[in-house]
Amino acid sequence: MSPALLALVLTLPLLGALGAVAVGRHGGPVAVAAALATLAAALWLAVRVATDGAVSIAVGHWTPPLGIRLTADGPAVLFLATTAVIMTAVVLYAVHWITGPKAGADRDGPMVHTFWALLLLLWGALNVIFVSRDLFNLYVGLELASLAAVALVGIEGRRETLAAALRYLLFALTGSLLYLLGAALLYSAHGTLDLGLLAGQLGRHPSDLLALAAMTAGLAAKTALFPFHVWLPPAHAGAPPAASAVLSALVPKASLYILLRLWFDAEPDGAGPVGPLLLGGLGAAAVLHGSLMALRQQRLKLIIAYSTVAQLGYLFLVFPLVAAAGALDPAGGDAAWRGTLFQALSHALAKAAMFLCAGLIIEAAGHDRLERLAGTARALPITLFAFGLAAISLMGLPPSGGFVAKLLLIEAAFERGAAAWALVVLLGGLLAAAYLFRPLAAAWRSPDGDAPGFAPVARRRQALPMALALAALGLGLFSAGPAELMGGLP
Amino acid sequence: MATPFDLALSLLVLVIAAFAVLGRHGFMAVVFFITFGLLLALAWLRLDAVDVALAEAAIGAGLTGVLLLVARSRLKALEPPLAPAPHPVLRAGAGVGAAAVTTGLVLAIPALPLSTGLQAEVMEQLPLTGTDNPVTAVLLNLRGWDTLLETLVLLAALLGVWTLAREIDWPGRAGRAHRTRPDGVLAQFGRVLPPLALVIGVYLVWVGGHRPGGAFQGGTVLAAAWIVTVMAGLLPAPRVDDRTLRTALLAGPVAFVVLAVAGLLADSVLVFPPDRAKLLLLGLEALLAVSIAATLAMLVFGAPEDRSGRDP
Repeated sequence: MSPALLALVLTLPLLGALGAVAVGRHGGPVAVAAALATLAAALWLAVRVATDGAVSIAVGHWTPPLGIRLTADGPAVLFLATTAVIMTAVVLYAVHWITGPKAGADRDGPMVHTFWALLLLLWGALNVIFVSRDLFNLYVGLELASLAAVALVGIEGRRETLAAALRYLLFALTGSLLYLLGAALLYSAHGTLDLGLLAGQLGRHPSDLLALAAMTAGLAAKTALFPFHVWLPPAHAGAPPAASAVLSALVPKASLYILLRLWFDAEPDGAGPVGPLLLGGLGAAAVLHGSLMALRQQRLKLIIAYSTVAQLGYLFLVFPLVAAAGALDPAGGDAAWRGTLFQALSHALAKAAMFLCAGLIIEAAGHDRLERLAGTARALPITLFAFGLAAISLMGLPPSGGFVAKLLLIEAAFERGAAAWALVVLLGGLLAAAYLFRPLAAAWRSPDGDAPGFAPVARRRQALPMALALAALGLGLFSAGPAELMGGLP
Repeated sequence: MATPFDLALSLLVLVIAAFAVLGRHGFMAVVFFITFGLLLALAWLRLDAVDVALAEAAIGAGLTGVLLLVARSRLKALEPPLAPAPHPVLRAGAGVGAAAVTTGLVLAIPALPLSTGLQAEVMEQLPLTGTDNPVTAVLLNLRGWDTLLETLVLLAALLGVWTLAREIDWPGRAGRAHRTRPDGVLAQFGRVLPPLALVIGVYLVWVGGHRPGGAFQGGTVLAAAWIVTVMAGLLPAPRVDDRTLRTALLAGPVAFVVLAVAGLLADSVLVFPPDRAKLLLLGLEALLAVSIAATLAMLVFGAPEDRSGRDP
């Protein structure tokens, strides 16, 4: 049963994408059907894995090193389920957005012919990445995800979004090539691409250091780690909100996920103390730089995009925290591991909620400039409430998933006696409160007498970001189940 | 054992690559890039990797070369680019990064073990895969899950190109109208080349079951036949919403994904039962070749463009 569920989670989005290309401009219903079916399969798979343990498939019954192994373990199903929840919300949101201001308008154009297929191909690629244990298969997944993501950034065809998409493409391709170089070196040295077979072998060969360095650099560029983040703000702020939600919430997590698997599943030795410290330092720089830049932006979507740069930074603190904890105290490593996964999942839910909120605000107000957002809270109360709830998770306030994440990271830092990392987490939380307060304050201001009105937005569409924000909150309220699925450091 | 020919070839590959990278003139850079691809194909032949050589010549040199030439001619039609030169820090960073990777490779490659990879293991399983060509066995059966995703990468690339169309040009015929002189070289080419390419393409797809060849190489040759016919003005490019076109684009990926789903009956994905593998692979290769040919050709044609007054 469970292997069949895993097969469905992997193939349903792909089938949906092909169906969407087949039906042309009527892809919306196909995407909705594919999304709901995949969501059901992903949630069911998560329940099965939670009760019966990890599910593993050898594709075509060929076992590694000849074949490819796909494994849905605890962390994998958490990412699969979170992705399914976010994608479903985005699909339901986009059904109305794509037909334009006049609901039900008979619109034709490149957008309706490509958006659904690209979104579903991206979803399929993400699912592949979360379960694949094969370095080359992961590469193909990354390529599919990157190409679909780049196309989604430029899908509106405006000059500045095309420039942002091209810049994103150049960074993503460079990252892919570095990753591929590392995979080729590892295969030459060890005769296998399977992460399980490579476990404990990495570092035995002189070329492994170069392979690991190249793959880490490539994946870091794809995860927009400071200073490789320059492609992210224009791309995520320029894409249509439905795409931004997915791009900001999920796509950088895919490359980070591979990085985590590479470092902690394959356990390279000989990485030395310098690599983890460097990654942690750049992560800390990302937290501070991203937050300060978010404070200076005048447009809502740019604030949210720079916030992503900052929030991704926390995910790199795990490297120094675990590297230092490993030998001395495995419990500290476990806290850092779980904190990182909680941060990745709660940021995904909260950030997707925020971008959908921004999309609704833009639909209602026609723009996202802070100085002219006065009165938004009165026009879109549910949306602004959802934005506030998502903000609670990003700031790391209780009882959200972000709070659990930051608590665990701080705990790991103190157990390690490395309080400096805890300081980064606390400072990042304060800065997040500051940069998220600005749009909330702007929206709650009373409008001037002659302020332009707001177009109405259906309540059920406002419920979509609300559901995502509540999910981010729920990750903190009901953290025991996810924490158990995450397990300890692999 | 390296012969003088191999050494000369290696040196030539490096020199041509340097010309392609350093050349200031766009057209010459593309020509050098194509030459580079052909020399690289020769190098793969010398390494007994006939399948890779075929793919490199057809896709690396041929198709990519055409794409680059088309891109260049379109760039030339635009106003002079206003984009500023990259920031000095970025340039320095790129230089340092490239130097670090090169140094690392120079140090790492001689230290790699001389191994034949998994050749022995593949040959051992070959009778169960439904093909006598080990490359086809790996590509479609053992690692078919990679290839399935690769065909979707191609589709995603085409969708990405389509996003660049303007709304008013949608859903028109792909690319621009091609006009050629009826007695010109291209028109002559367009009459002679496609029948030949058709035969070679179909042969390459068919022969992939037991000798070098297969859907990717054959599909690329078939795409070339179509591209030449359209560029010679003998056939119009299809409309992007044409039903036959969409069927051709989707046939291979749909067959692949449906096969993958069917694997769940055997508690896996993408299972080729040994007794039916030969037939399944043959059918899959044929459909994939059609889809690869259609997708590659549509990539070259490009997104629908303004054809006002040129094509009814």
